[in-house]
Formats: sequence, C-alpha cells, structure tokens
Amino acid sequence: MKGNEAMAEAAIRAGCRHFFGYPITPQTEVAAYMSKKMPKIGGTYLQAESEIAAINMVLGAASAGVRAMTSSSSPGISLKTEGISYIAGSDLPCLIVNVERGGPGLGGIQPAQSDYWQATRALGHGDFHVLVFAPSNVQEVVDLVFLAYDLAEKYRMPSLLLSDGLLGQMMEPVSFPDPVEKTAEKPWAACGHQNKRPHNIINSLYLKADQLERTVVERFARYAQVEANEQRCQQYLCDDADYIIVAFGATSRVSQSAVDTLREQGIKAGLLRPVTLWPFPKDAIRAHIPHVKGFLSVEMSMGQMVDDVRLAVEGKAPVGFFGRTGGVIPKPSEVVEAVRKMAGGDR
Amino acid sequence: MKDWNLVFAGFGGQGILFAGKVTAYAGMMEGREVSWLPSYGPEMRGGTANCSVCLAGRPIGSPLVLEPDALVVMNNPSYDKFIGTVAPGGVAVIDSALVDRKTDRSDITALYIPATRLAQENGIGKLANLIMLGALWKATGFATLESLEAAIQKVVPPSKQELVELNMKAIRLGIETAK
Repeated sequence: MKGNEAMAEAAIRAGCRHFFGYPITPQTEVAAYMSKKMPKIGGTYLQAESEIAAINMVLGAASAGVRAMTSSSSPGISLKTEGISYIAGSDLPCLIVNVERGGPGLGGIQPAQSDYWQATRALGHGDFHVLVFAPSNVQEVVDLVFLAYDLAEKYRMPSLLLSDGLLGQMMEPVSFPDPVEKTAEKPWAACGHQNKRPHNIINSLYLKADQLERTVVERFARYAQVEANEQRCQQYLCDDADYIIVAFGATSRVSQSAVDTLREQGIKAGLLRPVTLWPFPKDAIRAHIPHVKGFLSVEMSMGQMVDDVRLAVEGKAPVGFFGRTGGVIPKPSEVVEAVRKMAGGDR
Repeated sequence: MKDWNLVFAGFGGQGILFAGKVTAYAGMMEGREVSWLPSYGPEMRGGTANCSVCLAGRPIGSPLVLEPDALVVMNNPSYDKFIGTVAPGGVAVIDSALVDRKTDRSDITALYIPATRLAQENGIGKLANLIMLGALWKATGFATLESLEAAIQKVVPPSKQELVELNMKAIRLGIETAK
C-alpha cells in the first residue's frame, strides 16, 4: 500500500471520523483516500477553501472531543501554523500530517526534511510544543498514527506526523491493527452538557498576564512529563559503534544501507534513528558519548536536526553533518564517504 | 532467494509503474521484504516515468535504486538515463521496438525484446509492459512463476478478472521471446 493511503486508512482505524484538507503534492493521496472512505463510514470529509480554514475546522472538531485530522505538505503547513498555535493554546489533541517537500517558498515537490526546525520549533507563535513523530517505513506510518492520537489525548496537545514525499509515494506491505473502538474519556470536551454539568469552554485567550502565565506553566509541566516518558528511537549496531549516524525518516533508510557498507569496510558504524523528534531522544544519544568518536547527522536539508544532536551531546563528542537538499535524496555511497571523512585520521 | 534491486523506466501510459507493482507483489507473495517507489511529479502520459523495486530477504534500506541489478527500459530518454547505471553483471531488458540504440557495455547482459511490436502483432496492444516483465523474469527469475501469477491476480481488480489470462499470455510471450 502507498504510504499516504496507509496513513489515511490508519487514521480511520484509529477512530478518526473528521478529516479537513486541501490538496497539495505530494500529500494529495491522503485526502483522496479520505474522500472515498469517509462518506461510506458516516465520517466527515471536507475539502476546505484553504489550509487555514482546514486547521480551524480541526480546532472546532477537536473541541468537541472527536479524533480530527488534517494533512498537507510544507507550504500548506506554514499556512496552518496560526491554527496550530490556537489548538496548542486550547490544549486540544489532534493529528496534523506534513508530507514534506523541498522549500523555502513553493520550493519543489520532491522529498525533503527541511521542515525539521518548523516541526520542532516553529509551528506557530507562543510558548508551546507539539508531539512530532517521524516514521521511516509504511508500516511505521500506520503504527505511529495510532500512537500519535493516543499521546495527543493523553497529554492534550497536537501531534504532528512528519512524513516526506518518498515515504508518502512508496508502496510497501503493511498490516493494520484492529480498529479502535473507544477512545479516552474527554471530560473537557465541548459536546453538549444537557444541564448535567457546568459547561466547558475551549479558549486560548487570557488577558490577565498572571493567569496566562499559570496556564502556560501548567502546560509546560505536562511537556516535562512528555520529555521524561516519551522519547523514542530505534538503534542499529550502536552498542560498539565508533561513529553513530543520527537520521530520521527516509534518510535513516539510506543511512542504514551506509552502515552495512561501512561495517563491511571495517568501520564500526551505527545508526540511531529518532522516532520522536519532539521529544528528541537525547537520553539515548547521550548514553553513547563515552564510547563514540563522533556523531554524524544525516538529513535532507542544510542541517537542522544537527542542532538537537549538538544540544544533546553538549560538546562532549564531535558532531558532524551531511545532507542534500532541495528534493535530492542522498546516496548511501555519499553517506559512507561522509563517515569515512569523519573517521579521517584513524583509518 | 537472491535479493533484487530493479528499475522500470519508460513513458507515462506504458504501464511501467504497473509492471513494477506486479514485481513487488510477486515478492510479497513469497513473504519477502519489498518496496515500490515511483518517480512522481510533473510526469504524466507522454512524459517519462520510472519506479524502483526492491525484493529482499531482510528489511530494505534505501528504497531508491541507483544501481539496478536489472533494468527494464521502454523508451530512448530512459535508456540514455539509466543504461549506464546498471550494476556490472546486471541485466538490461530493452524494448527494441521503441529504443533504437544498442549498448556497447560488455559487462552487462542486454536483451533486446521488440515488446511493443509483439504486443500489437498478438492483439494485446497495451500489454507490452508485461511482455517486458516476462522477459525480465526469464532473465532473472526474481520470483517463482506461481508468485508472478498470484501477483497478477492480486493487482488486477476483482471486476476485471477476465484480464488475468490476457496478462499471463503477455508474460508467457515475453518468457518465450527471451529464450
């Protein structure tokens, strides 16, 4: 199944019945799949008049406590950021998907990872975080959709699934978990109180400074729990590695091929693949500092995640970068060369 | 079974992506790891289209095939683009009805199959892609013939099952031509 279609099917099985979208390559199959499926299962598929309208419809649906979703690609996500900030400020769970393409501006339509900073730092104005998940194969796209909804509801915050054009367009075998029958109770939802309880208000406006500060501080206490409990990554041959490649999504697959080649050449390389980009798996990276000679961040960008690797390492080990950008997918041989260059003197 | 990294390339509308998809499904029928990655973008009927297919015994690293073990190529621009990328010792299956060049590479096996002409002569005008796939199968044995047939059954929609036999006819024609 195609990555984009598998994602849409997974969302439906995870209980999403409200999808609001706007077409953009290379994401359009998500919306196309939803438009066929949702009417048959009593769900809502709505092609909005713009990305901004779509994200605000998600805000409305999420306020009522349902599993809502929107998807787009890089330029469209930029448009959604206002609404994402409002959703975060209203403590609402939802699923947002970015099937990344090259930028800035309209950029291109080939796969890229140059929205890392946007995803982890700048999905809107104000003090807030969004859970960010980075699948690397079609099965994981499916599995992370379920997790993204569960954690979004647990911590009452938006989840962003960061896919890219390569993962969205490729087909791989996939198996789906059973449909979710019942999602978490949402006593905060504005879904009708029938005079049985005080009414719930969904809001992100606090005109009194101390009240807004309290709200944000309370939210950051939840973020601290997320950082403590939800860092996820997958490691490949890291335990004895001299050089650890840090790469997510499509580049992690290229890097895994590179690690195999490097091992054949006698260089002890490993791959640490962040599955959550926020919270960034810094504890797992730090654990390798004592035995590695260096970390290499491999990305389809000019170097964005490398900042988080450096922050995790705190200057205690060398951190290098290799990347291609603009929609160019790095070759395994280029990654091999970058690691060999880093190994430099020792080989 | 051996791992295969394959590239299918030609014009949009020739069924290049379909042939790749059948190949990936054939691998899946055998429980192998598979991936199918199309070129996408402003590539439509008349433009170039290609896809990477991987069949492997272990999880697939990069799904983008840069150095194919075998290439199926059905037009001149794709031939020019990909013939140099075929891995030494690899196979190139070339639709000689549409590609007017011959490779001077001696380190690969080149099969010249006039698939588009054969399809027309045999009244299966749109199935040149599967004649090429049959020739590829003969040259590589990327999966068992049973898996290939099962893949055809899987990829052809239930409402069009009468096409399964026609597809298999094209594949058999390719196999015989490649002998």
